[in-house]
Amino acid sequence: MSAPQRSAVGAEIGEAVPRPWRRRAITALFLAPAGFFLAVWVVYPTIATVIRSFFDRSGERFVGLENYETLFTTDTLVTAIRNNAIWVGVVPALVTAIGLIFAVLTERIRWTTAFKTVVFMPMAISLFAAGVIWRLMYEEDPDRGTINAAVRVIDDAISPDGVLTVAQPSTPALAGSTKRGYVLRTPVRPGQRALLGLTGIPPRELPDDAAPAAVPRPAPGAVTGVVWRDFRPGGGTPGRVERQEPGLPGVTVELRDAAGRRVASTTTADDGSFRFDGLRGGQYRVAIAPSTFAEPFEGIPWLGPKLIMPAVMIAYIWVWAGFAMVVIAAGLAAVPQDLLEAARTDGATEWQVFRRVTVPVLAPTLTVVFVTMLINVLKVFDIVLSVAPGSSQDDANVIALAMWRTSFSGVNDFGLGSAIAVLLCLLVVPALVLNIRRFRREEP
Amino acid sequence: MTTTTRPQATVAPRQPTAPHPVRSARALTYAPVNIGLAAIGLLWMVPTFGLLLTSLMPASEIGTKGWWNILAEPSKATLENYRALFDDNELTTALITTAEIAVGNTVLLILVAALAGYAFAWIEFPGRDALFLCVVGLLVVPLQIALIPIFSLYDDTGLFDTVLGLILFHVAFGLPFAIFLLRNFFIGIPKDLLEAARIDGATEVGIFFRVVLPLGLPAIASLAIFQFLWTWNDLIVALTFGRDTQPITVAIFSQMRQFGSNIEIIAPASFISLAIPLCVFFAFQRYFVQGLLAGSVK
Repeated sequence: MSAPQRSAVGAEIGEAVPRPWRRRAITALFLAPAGFFLAVWVVYPTIATVIRSFFDRSGERFVGLENYETLFTTDTLVTAIRNNAIWVGVVPALVTAIGLIFAVLTERIRWTTAFKTVVFMPMAISLFAAGVIWRLMYEEDPDRGTINAAVRVIDDAISPDGVLTVAQPSTPALAGSTKRGYVLRTPVRPGQRALLGLTGIPPRELPDDAAPAAVPRPAPGAVTGVVWRDFRPGGGTPGRVERQEPGLPGVTVELRDAAGRRVASTTTADDGSFRFDGLRGGQYRVAIAPSTFAEPFEGIPWLGPKLIMPAVMIAYIWVWAGFAMVVIAAGLAAVPQDLLEAARTDGATEWQVFRRVTVPVLAPTLTVVFVTMLINVLKVFDIVLSVAPGSSQDDANVIALAMWRTSFSGVNDFGLGSAIAVLLCLLVVPALVLNIRRFRREEP
Repeated sequence: MTTTTRPQATVAPRQPTAPHPVRSARALTYAPVNIGLAAIGLLWMVPTFGLLLTSLMPASEIGTKGWWNILAEPSKATLENYRALFDDNELTTALITTAEIAVGNTVLLILVAALAGYAFAWIEFPGRDALFLCVVGLLVVPLQIALIPIFSLYDDTGLFDTVLGLILFHVAFGLPFAIFLLRNFFIGIPKDLLEAARIDGATEVGIFFRVVLPLGLPAIASLAIFQFLWTWNDLIVALTFGRDTQPITVAIFSQMRQFGSNIEIIAPASFISLAIPLCVFFAFQRYFVQGLLAGSVK
C-alpha cells in the first residue's frame, strides 16, 4: 500500500488515520510472528506439560496427583529439591556479596577495567564449559588436579610426609601401630641401648641413603640405639642386628618419661642409629613417632559425594561473580558523590560511609542482582552435569537436572518429568510476580 | 545471555555504563587493595589458563600430569591435540552446526522481536499494556516446561534432530527478553521523528524499516550478542532435540561420559568452544555490558 493512496483514502472519509480494519491488520502483521512463536513454543507446551503431569508414564492413564506424590517421596528427587533449596539459600547471597565487595574495591584501584574484564570473562563461557574447566581443577590426584596440588603444597609444609608408610615390629618387644607409633615395651635407663627392629617394609620404600645398620656403643648418661629393617634375604634372626640389614634413616625417635610425656626427640642417622644425651637417671621409654609413618597427601575428593555440592557451587560463583560486580558497579557509579563527601566531612569512617550511605542507596540494585541470581539458581543445570561425574550426580542433583534425567536420559518417564517441570515453574512464579511489580512501578 | 538464563529484565535501556573516574589521589593509598585484587584477578584466571595449558600437553602425559608441568618445560607444549581434533571431521561438523544454530536463530529472533517491540512501543491497540506485561511475565518461564511437549511435537513433525528445530526453539525462548529489550529502546526514540515520517506519508512498515531499525541498532547489537552467545553455549536444548545434530557442547558432553581417558580430546575441544564466545565478548564488550545493564539494572 503506497503512502499517497492511503492519505487520499483518509481524506475521502474525513480522517487522518487508516480505517480500523487496516490498522488492525498492520498491528497483527507486527505481532503475529512473535505471537506464533510464543503460542507454539511457550504457551502451548506449558499447558500441555501441566496436563501431562497428571498422566502416567505412557500418557494413557490419568493418575491424578500420583506423579507429584512420587516426586516428594523418591530419594533422588527429594535430594534434588533439598539441594536446590541449599543453592537458593547460599549462592544468590554469596554472589551478591562478592559482587558488592569487588565493585566497591575496584573503585580504589587504577586498573579497574582490567580487573573487571578478568572477573567478568567467565560470563562469556558456557556454564557447561565452565564445568569442564572446574572438573579438571578438582581432579583428586594431586599430580593432576590444580586445587589438590595447591593443597598438597600447604599440607607438606605443615606435616611433611613420613619416611615410611607401612611397617610392623619385628618382635613383640615393640607395641603400637603406625597411627600411634611404636613403643619399646621394656623401659631403658641412661647407658642402655634400645633396638627398634621393623619389618614389612616394601623394598621401594626403603630410603635411598640407608646404610648397613650399626648398633652404637652404650654411653654413660645417654640412651643410644638403632632403628633398622630387621630382615635380610633369607630371613635372619628377628631382634638381632645382622649383616646385610639396613638401618632406617630419617626415622623420628622419641624419648618418653615414666608418665609417657615426651622429653626428647631426634631423627636417625643413615645407619639407623640415634642417641639421646645428657639424661638424668631413671626409666625412659623409647618410641618411634607416628610422624614417621605420616602418609603422603592423597588429594581431597572434591568430586566425591560429600564435597560435590560446594564444588559445583564454587564453579558457579566463579562464573556469576562478574555479573554481580558489573551490575553493582554501575549502580555504584550512580551514588551521588557529594553525599559520600558530606558523610566523610562529618567525620564518618570509610566503613560507616559504606554501611550507612552506599549500601542503602544501592539497595535496589542489590535486590535486582539477588533476584536474578535466585531465578538462575533455581534453573541451574549444565554446570552440575559437567562438574559432577556420573558417580556423584545423585548427590549433586538439582530440580532441573532431575527433570531432564527423568524425562530423557534413559528413564523416559514423561509423566513424572512433567510434574518436576511444573514444580520448577511454580518455584519461579514468586520471582515473576516481583519482576512485574517492579516493572509496573518503574513504568511512567 | 550466555548461560541458561537471560538477565531478568526490568527497565529502560540506556544506563550510565562508563566506569566512574578513578579518584586518583585515593587510589595510590590503597596498596593492600591493589595487592588483594591482583591476587583475586590471578586466581580468577587460573582455571581458564589451566584448561588452555592442559590442551597443549602431549597426549601421553595429559592423563598423568597437571598443566603446570608445561610451565616447567615449555618446549613440551604441542598443538598435536588440536591437529588430531581437526583431522577428525566430527569436531568441524559440530562447529558448523553450532554456527548455523547460533547465527540462524539470532537473525530470526531480531526480526521477529523488532516487529513486536515496535508494535508495543509505537502502535496503539487495545490491551497493549496488558499483553506486554504477559510477555514480561514469560521472561522467567524455565524452558524445562516446554521440553516434553516440544519433544513429542518435533517427533511428529519431523523437526526432531534438525538444525531448524533447534533454531525455532531458541527463537521462542529468546523472544520475551528480546521484545522487552527492544520495546524499551524503541520507546526512547523521539516521537517527533516518527510523527514527521507519518506526516510525510510513510506507512508503519516503512517507518519500521527506515526509521526504527537504523535508530535501534545499538540495542539490536546488544541483543544479537546475547542471543549468539546464549545459543552458542546451549547444552540442554540441543541435548534434548538432537541426536546426530550435535553442536559442540553436546559433542564434548558425549566425550565426557568417558571422562578420564580422553582429556586430550575434551580439553582442546572445550577450549575451542569457549574461544569463540570469548572473542565475541572481547570484541563487543561494550554492547554486552550495555545489554546486561539494560536487562537488569534500575
